[in-house]
Amino acid sequence: MGATSWGFKKSLWVFHLNAGACNNCDIEVLDCLCPKFDVERFGIKLVGSVKHADVLLVSGSVPRKVVPELIEAYEQAPKPCAVVALGACGCTGGIFKDGYNFAGPVDKHIPVDAYVPGCPPRPEAIIGAIVKLIGTL
Amino acid sequence: MASTLGLILSFLIFPGLLFTAVGGLATQWVDRKVSALVQWRVRPPWFQPFADILKLLGKEIVIPVGAKRAGFFLAPLAGLAAVGVVSTILWLTNLRGVGFVGDLIGVLYLLTIPSLGIILGASASSNPLASVGASREMKLVLAYELPFVIAIFTAVTKVSPMTLRLDSIIAYQEANGVLLGNASCILAFIVCILVAQAKLTYPPFDIPEAETEIMDGTHMEYSGAALAVIKLQQAMMLFTLPIFFITLFWGGLQFSGWNILYTIVKYLIIVTIIVLIKNTNPRVRIDQAVRFFWGPISLIAVIGMVLAILGF
Repeated sequence: MGATSWGFKKSLWVFHLNAGACNNCDIEVLDCLCPKFDVERFGIKLVGSVKHADVLLVSGSVPRKVVPELIEAYEQAPKPCAVVALGACGCTGGIFKDGYNFAGPVDKHIPVDAYVPGCPPRPEAIIGAIVKLIGTL
Repeated sequence: MASTLGLILSFLIFPGLLFTAVGGLATQWVDRKVSALVQWRVRPPWFQPFADILKLLGKEIVIPVGAKRAGFFLAPLAGLAAVGVVSTILWLTNLRGVGFVGDLIGVLYLLTIPSLGIILGASASSNPLASVGASREMKLVLAYELPFVIAIFTAVTKVSPMTLRLDSIIAYQEANGVLLGNASCILAFIVCILVAQAKLTYPPFDIPEAETEIMDGTHMEYSGAALAVIKLQQAMMLFTLPIFFITLFWGGLQFSGWNILYTIVKYLIIVTIIVLIKNTNPRVRIDQAVRFFWGPISLIAVIGMVLAILGF
């Protein structure tokens, strides 16, 4: 385990990508960063540009129009980059599975490393997923 | 030959690039600790800024199509080198008293090179949001350079045989008491702290790299090792600016006996003030920032200069 991989585990920068979500999962992500749960003490912080990202947090069932942007965002994130599918929509399509513009869950288009089920997932579930993700990196 | 080699080693290791980089990253930890305290959070561990840089060195560098590679890569490196030179000058002056006539002017213009590096690098990124960030940074530099220079020259005017050497300013303070004891220099010090907020692009003046508006603006297209250079440069500026202000206004760094503790306390007070202003203020618009620096702040700096000429 080299110095850079130690650094990778200790400081994960998250880019949040909303691929057609209803915003509920995004609010739960915000909860994780606020003082009550505070994931910043693990070095995790939210970044504004996809080129600074180590983890791509994708929420939402992917409508047809978002597919090219989702793939482009994944290709622009510098590797090594992990992808987390957030919420029931991201994992399987959730309640929008039979919608007319549903274009497959996230792992149909980009490789996913961690799934967080729930509608919306609790902050404890999100933190648990991140801990398991760090364990596999 | 030996003294040239000694100077080069001073620039590279101590007290130049390596020492300032380590000191800057340690100071960023102080920043995160004070921020966490004010926000009722628990701070990240002490090695967090080092882990950030190490991680960035292990990521691939994604170069946008159409970016001009020379400007994209070399501009932040120039900024890093400039901050390293400023830190070397300041520490050598404080430790050994070596200096030359006009090294204050040298420090002043070297401190603008990091901002110019950011502007060049952002303009070479072939990204419209980065150009918006670059234009905002340009306006910000135009705004804060005026009161900054007036405030620095207030300190120069106050020193009795007017001098442009940093070691003469330190010697005058050792003989006649710190410059901060005079009313004119208190005003100049306040102006310098607010200009430091803008130089470090900390809130309320983090307009060029606004996260929510223009997606990290000026360093939007940087990734991997190139981003590590920019983050290191910011850390080194956070380390160097308080030392510059202590040298000018607060008696310089003293390393004899109890003065070591006193120096560290002075340094931490300035860093804490900067971080507290960072945490308690929202971001302002660029026209509000320009009006702020060219209006009230320049007025305060001019009043300080007039008081210094009158002898207070």
